[in-house]
Amino acid sequence: MMPSLEVKIGSLSFKNPVLTASGTFGYGLEYSQFVDLNLLGGIVIKGLSLKSKQGNPPPRIYETPCGMINSIGLQNIGFEAFKKEKLPFLKRFNTNIIVNFFGENLDEYIEIATLLDETEGVHALEMNVSCPNKDTKWRRMGLEPELLREAVRKVRLQIKKPLIVKLSPQVTDIAFMAKICEEEGADAVSLINTIPAMVIDIKTRKSMLGTTTGGLSGPAIRPIALRAVWEVVQSVKIPVIGVGGIFNAEDALQFFIVGAKAIQVGTANFINPTVTVEIIEGIKQFLIDERIEDINEIIGSFKE
Amino acid sequence: MNKLFKSKVITNEEIRESIYLISLEIPINIESKPGQFCILRVNQRFDPLLGRPFSIFDHEKDEIKFLYRLKGKGTNVLSKLKKGDSITFAGPFGRWYPFPKEDFIVVAGGIGLASVYYLIKRFPHRAYLFYGVRSEREILFYEELKKLSKQVYISTEKETNYTYKGVVTELFKEKGMALPLPIYACGPMIMLKELKKIVDESRLCYVATEERMACGVGACLGCVIRTKDGFKRVCTDGPVFDLRELVL
Repeated sequence: MMPSLEVKIGSLSFKNPVLTASGTFGYGLEYSQFVDLNLLGGIVIKGLSLKSKQGNPPPRIYETPCGMINSIGLQNIGFEAFKKEKLPFLKRFNTNIIVNFFGENLDEYIEIATLLDETEGVHALEMNVSCPNKDTKWRRMGLEPELLREAVRKVRLQIKKPLIVKLSPQVTDIAFMAKICEEEGADAVSLINTIPAMVIDIKTRKSMLGTTTGGLSGPAIRPIALRAVWEVVQSVKIPVIGVGGIFNAEDALQFFIVGAKAIQVGTANFINPTVTVEIIEGIKQFLIDERIEDINEIIGSFKE
Repeated sequence: MNKLFKSKVITNEEIRESIYLISLEIPINIESKPGQFCILRVNQRFDPLLGRPFSIFDHEKDEIKFLYRLKGKGTNVLSKLKKGDSITFAGPFGRWYPFPKEDFIVVAGGIGLASVYYLIKRFPHRAYLFYGVRSEREILFYEELKKLSKQVYISTEKETNYTYKGVVTELFKEKGMALPLPIYACGPMIMLKELKKIVDESRLCYVATEERMACGVGACLGCVIRTKDGFKRVCTDGPVFDLRELVL
């Protein structure tokens, strides 16, 4: 018998727990030449803001041992262009479309969340609280508990669709931050976002990136992400989505075992555009080999 | 869904000091155009993590070639591959050089030859090639280029029997500027900047650009360069751009 890979997050059903991570899968279209998007549990769309955003000056990426640092700067086409130019294409696929969103201040967060909530074809929203906003106090909403609380509360009040909050690893106690999201009505949390990092050119003595720092991703951060997910799972009842350096089914299964309800694949897409499908197949095969009929049996099966 | 290939190395030779030519098998028929590139996954490990983009140097039926200079971690691993080794690659990607309708000018700087050789070969006996290298020893595929081009001008730091002294843009200015033909160029940033200065705005000039790249398919927005209309992606909006568009 084929094992069931179906999981639920809030009111939303996923045919399998493998999603793409925001910013690594574009608007879906870019990868449709490699992957049948119908096979994916869900697609998390690149961080979207109300108005289009130019992003950071190049160079924007630098490879590091088993990882990469990026400073894309949340370049995106803006809500209207997304709705008009990208969403009609995405609607043709039988998969969940989750839009990652952000704003320059809380009002903008609320405004775009409200618009996305009203937009047909968007199944859930992922709130980016760890983005390098302009220099307002909201720049720190992912870092300071009380700002996070206010932000999640106000966004939650405005929307009916499932709300996922994507957490920054740059805090002393990520489980505490997740708890706040749960208390304020988030349907799930996803973690971790990239880890702030830097690399320097010793000859020019400048950063290898157009901005001084960027976000580290890839296999280098996977054990950190796994530990963070494990900590969060113990403190909240809402589903936790694991993100960070997942490159194959074995990596993904570690996240399920510590209790992640779903995972997102990010940087791995850049190296192997068909990796998401290979991970789904690998999970299925593992369940068959282990005679497990339902993925949910393995979720949270960690033995301390 | 036919842009990802499991392939084998046919040859991988150091043809000059630190310059390599790798030739790979193509399992199925693909179409490629001059100026396009492929991303080579140099090994199956996590370090180096990312694939490396290389211009298509040449492509015939079931064999595709890439010319590269040993530069960092990625090319170092690549240079160690031997005949029969497995390698995966994706592509061809990107916008190609618009096909020349008549004779055309090519300006190549150093390893920039990697991007324009295929163009010269696909439209034989039509290119006026201006090719700049540091020394005579660095001139690559001289005999082939002479056969394939209408005329070949080479610049080196020191004058020799068949090369001119100076940089390639100066040579082009002197010998090629007056030819009323479109220009195709690939080379270091300093060469592109100089071209931008000396080539008239009314003149068609296509240049192939380079930037650090991750996905190669336009998703990550990592490889952008500055243009008059904001940042554009080298991988999908380029790598070939109209020089007038670029802010260098």
